[in-house]
Amino acid sequence: MKITSLLPLALCITALASVVTAGEDSTLSIEGEVFLTKTAAPAHLENVDEIFSGWTYRRDETQALQMDDFDNPSFVFIDQALDQFEMVDGSAGKACSSCHESAEGFSGLRASMPRVNSAGELETIPELINNCRTERMGAEKWKWSGGQMSAMLGLIGLQSRGMPLNVAIDGPAASFWEKGKALYYQRVGQLDMACSSCHEDNYGNMIRADHLSQGQINGFPTYRLKNAKLNTIHGRFKGCMKNIRATPFKEGSEEFKALELYVASRANGLSVETPSVRN
Amino acid sequence: MNFTRRETLAVSGATLVATLLPLKLMASTPDLISDITGGVKASSGGIDLTAPEIAENGNTVPISVDAPGAVAITVLAAGNPTPGVAKFNFGMGSGSQSCTTRIRLAGTQDVIAVAEMADGSFSAAHQTVKVTIGGCGG
Amino acid sequence: MAKGVKPRVKVPKTAAAGETITIKTLISHKMETGRRKDGDGQVIPRSIINRFTCAFNGENVVDVNMEPAISVNPYFQFDANVPEAGEFTFTWYDDDGSVYEKKKSIKLA
Repeated sequence: MKITSLLPLALCITALASVVTAGEDSTLSIEGEVFLTKTAAPAHLENVDEIFSGWTYRRDETQALQMDDFDNPSFVFIDQALDQFEMVDGSAGKACSSCHESAEGFSGLRASMPRVNSAGELETIPELINNCRTERMGAEKWKWSGGQMSAMLGLIGLQSRGMPLNVAIDGPAASFWEKGKALYYQRVGQLDMACSSCHEDNYGNMIRADHLSQGQINGFPTYRLKNAKLNTIHGRFKGCMKNIRATPFKEGSEEFKALELYVASRANGLSVETPSVRN
Repeated sequence: MNFTRRETLAVSGATLVATLLPLKLMASTPDLISDITGGVKASSGGIDLTAPEIAENGNTVPISVDAPGAVAITVLAAGNPTPGVAKFNFGMGSGSQSCTTRIRLAGTQDVIAVAEMADGSFSAAHQTVKVTIGGCGG
Repeated sequence: MAKGVKPRVKVPKTAAAGETITIKTLISHKMETGRRKDGDGQVIPRSIINRFTCAFNGENVVDVNMEPAISVNPYFQFDANVPEAGEFTFTWYDDDGSVYEKKKSIKLA
């Protein structure tokens, strides 16, 4: 049983690192601002010494797309979110801008989320947005990975671009963080793989024609060439779970929220790159 | 399982045919160039085509063409369901006869650029772009 | 008019007389190829931007005929010559007959 379950992994992952031309030593700068795409791993990481942004694993052409805000296709969606920010929606006759003067007020938020609120619940940015929509605007909730939500996440995240990711993992967050960590190392699905199987044990290696990254989420939501739209963190988690033939948790579930906190903490120290470009 | 020499040859022969088959269906690069030039022979200098050797995703492949003195540049993708990609017509206001865009490639194939010069002559360039099949990303 | 179509252009605000400047344009458009099928097996009809033009004070800079092989959110980068102050006109032509236009003026430095 052990052998058959490992076979697909062995077939998929071959060490071809020498063939890969992606620039792990390239420097990411956008509009003159330099980003930290590799740094020492946070103290809580036991098996990794250095952490790398997913940007460092991409080929030159994909890297270049993120280095200019006009070339970065994410900004099509950021533009839409800017319009949405001013748009009145719901029974209260309010727009985002009725309470929040501008999106710039969200500076720093993306770098510290998810966090535990005063009620002791782990909260994420999509939930903050939907709370505003249902409680203050009297509007419908947005779907977790819908076009409007992912665009607004992009706009809010952009306000923290360049800041080091710094989520709290102690105090009231500790129990959520432990739960997320357990999920990260839990083998699941027909291929019997955990997040760590690819993103801790095999980053830098090839999985078919893909260069495996550390699975850092400092650039989300991210524009993917694959589907030409902004992709959310939970949307990506879902995709990974499908790839390993597991039944994915629901977007917004307690499991994914805890996993988001843990995975975010693995990137503590890397610059927020929202909205990034990946393949 | 043991293969005799004859069986091995038969199997590898069949594999070779199977590999070549899709290529046959692909429009040939010289034919496509000839379609644009109306049979006139295109020279190989005078036009630069920049495309990645390996594209991470066939959905968005950045390419650039540059042909000083051209009135128009046609870009083709030999292995797409229809080879046409774009035709750039340069006017009096152009600062150079070059353009960068992003194109879709259905698979590994030749990207072709044919420039029509002011004197009616043609220049052509082509480059193979490998389109990878991702593990998770693609 | 197709939904959510929004043109973006990047043109320097000023240039020296006779200077060659680089222009970037992008329009949000799904560029449906006409080759995909929906969940019921029906072909999704083609819906693309089929032509893009840029003119400066009425003089053609570039005129592009586009096929479905142009990626989602069509992007172009090209050079224009600026002999005098004036206005760039960017025009995108949609399969559905819609025309999207954006203008940008440039001053002499």
